Amino acid sequence: MKTGTIKQILLITDGCSNHGEDPVAMAALAREFGITVNVIGVMENDIIDEQGVREIEGIARQGGGVSQIVYSQVLSQTVQMVTRKAMTQTLQGVVNQELRQILGNQASLENLPPEKRGEVLEVVDELNETVDLEVLILVDTSASMKHKLPTVKEALLDLSLSLNARMGNNQFSLFIFPGKGNEVEKLLDWTPKLESLTTVFAKLNPSGMTPTGPALKEAITYFKEKHSVRGYLSRHDDEFYEESI
Amino acid sequence: MMMNSMKSPFNFASGTIIQGKWHHNRYTIIRELGRGANGIVYLADWNGKKVAIKVSDNHVTITSEVNVLKSFTKAQGVSLGPSLFDVDDWIHNGSQISFYVMEYIAGTDLLTFIKQNGTTWLPVLISQLLTDLDYLHKNGWVFGDLKPENLLVTKSPVKIRCIDVGGTTMQGRAIKEFTEFFDRGYWGLGSRRAEPSYDLFAVAMIVINLFYPKRFQKHGVGIEQLKKAIQDVKELRQYRPILLKALAGKYSSATEMKKELLKLIHFPSAHHQTTPKYQTNKNQRAQTNNTRTRRKKQKNKHGILETILIVAIVCIIYAVYIFEQIM
Ligand SMILES: Nc1ncnc2c1ncn2[C@@H]1O[C@H](COP(=O)(O)OP(=O)(O)OP(=O)(O)O)[C@@H](O)[C@H]1O
Repeated sequence: MKTGTIKQILLITDGCSNHGEDPVAMAALAREFGITVNVIGVMENDIIDEQGVREIEGIARQGGGVSQIVYSQVLSQTVQMVTRKAMTQTLQGVVNQELRQILGNQASLENLPPEKRGEVLEVVDELNETVDLEVLILVDTSASMKHKLPTVKEALLDLSLSLNARMGNNQFSLFIFPGKGNEVEKLLDWTPKLESLTTVFAKLNPSGMTPTGPALKEAITYFKEKHSVRGYLSRHDDEFYEESI
Repeated sequence: MMMNSMKSPFNFASGTIIQGKWHHNRYTIIRELGRGANGIVYLADWNGKKVAIKVSDNHVTITSEVNVLKSFTKAQGVSLGPSLFDVDDWIHNGSQISFYVMEYIAGTDLLTFIKQNGTTWLPVLISQLLTDLDYLHKNGWVFGDLKPENLLVTKSPVKIRCIDVGGTTMQGRAIKEFTEFFDRGYWGLGSRRAEPSYDLFAVAMIVINLFYPKRFQKHGVGIEQLKKAIQDVKELRQYRPILLKALAGKYSSATEMKKELLKLIHFPSAHHQTTPKYQTNKNQRAQTNNTRTRRKKQKNKHGILETILIVAIVCIIYAVYIFEQIM
C-alpha cells in the first residue's frame, strides 16, 4: 500500500468566530484539499457556550476531523489524543477505500469477520507509526484566550513529544489569529520539532477579534504553497483523503 | 466525524443475552464489572462458566485489544493479560456491537488491596509484576498504560494480574495510551517511545502512588519534585535507590529492577535473633555462617542426587523403549 503524507490543521480556540468567512465552509474546503481539520475547544471551568460548541463541532465534522471540548487543565492529554485519533481515522478511511476496491462496494472494516479485521488493523497500526505527518497549528489568541496560552504551549510541547516517538516524520508549523496587523500571523515555519515554540509564544498580543474563517483559509494556502514548492522536487506527492468510515 | 471520548451509551441489565453473529456463542450478563473510556466490561455466564466480556461500539478498539491478547496467548504459560476466549459482533436493535470474551479475573485493584492488607505485600506484588513485565518485554511488547487501576490482585494465591491491554504497544513504536501521572514524558524524564524502561518508570510511579493515593500534578522540575515526594515518606525512602534508578530510566530490564528490589528488603538478621547481646565475638558469627554454608551444601548434595536419579530413570525408560523397538 502506498504511503503518503497526512495533513492536518489543528485549531485551538475557545469559542465563536466573529470576523470574515464562515469557518465551517473553510473547513469543508480544506477537506477538499485533502487536509483534515481538528478542533479543540478550550473552556474555563464555567458554562460552555452553546453556539461556540456548535461551531467547533461543525468545523470538525466538515473538516473530516475530530473535535473535543476540554477544560484547560487536561489540555495536554487531549491535544495529543485528538491528533492521533484523527490520524487513525484518516488511515482507516484509506484502508476502507482499498477494501472496497478489492471486495466491492459493501466492504468495510466492520463487515469483515473479526479475524480478518485484526489483520487489517495491524496494517493501520503500522501506517500510523510510519506515515509522515504535517500539522499546521492554528491558535486563537483573542483576549479571552490570553491566560490559557501557557497551557496551550505546554500542550503543544507534549504533542511534539508524543508524535516524535513515532517512526514517521513530522512537520509542524504554527499560526496565530488575530495576528499583529493581520488577521493571521505565522509564528513558526515548518519544523520537525516544536521545542522552538518556547521563545515564540512569549511575544503574543491577544486582541478582541476572532477571524477563525480567514485563519483556516490562510492555513490551506500555506499547505498548498508548501506542496507546490515540494512538487518541483518530488513529483510524486500522494495524499490521504479521508472517507467517512 | 465526531469522536468524543465516549461515555459508553450501553447499559445492559443482568439477564441480557449477548449472542455472537459469527461464532453463535451465547453469553448471559450477570453484572457490570467496570467501564472506561473504551467500553464496558461485564461479568457473564457462558455454559456455567464465569467470563468477562468487553463490549464497545468502537470495533477498532475491540480489534486492537484482541490483537494484543491473541499474541499473549501465543506466548504460553505465563498469564500476562486475561486469556482470550472469543471475539464476535452482536446485532442488538439493528446496530452492531463488537465484543470480546476473556478470562474473568476475580480480584481487587492494587490500591485497595494494599490498603486492606498492608504494605508488607508491596514488594511481593511489585516483584510479581516485574516478573510478568520481563516476560512481556522479552516478547517484544511494552504494556504502556500501567497504573494501579489496571492491576488486579487475586486472592488465593495472591497474584497480581494486568488487565486493560489497550495501551500495549510493540517495542520501538509510540506508546498508544498512557496516563499522565505514570508517563515519563509528562514528568520530562524521557520519550514516549515504547521501551522496557517506559514501563519501569511507571512501576516506580505506582509505588509512589501507593503512598500518595490522590496523586499530584507536576510543578517545576519533575525529578526534583519526585525525589522530594519519596524523601517525605519513611516507607518510600526504603525503596529510594530502585525508585530513582527506574525514574532515571537506568534499568535495562525488569529482572534487573526486581533483583535490586529484593535486595533492599530487610529480613530480621539471623545473628541478632540467635546471638545473645553480650556475645558478638567473631567465632560465633563464623559458626553461624558455617552452619549456613553447610546447609547450602547439603541442599546441593540433594540436588545432585536428584539429578542422578532422574538421569537414571530416563536411561531406564530409554533402554526399555529401545528394547521394545528391537523386539
Ligand atoms: N478480565 C477482567 N476480569 C475482571 N474485571 C475486569 C476484567 N477486565 C476489566 N475488568 C474491570 O472492568 C474495568 C474496565 O475495564 P478496562 O480498564 O478494560 O476498560 P477501559 O475502557 O479500557 O478503561 P480505561 O479507560 O482505563 O482504558 C476495569 O477497571 C476492571 O475493574
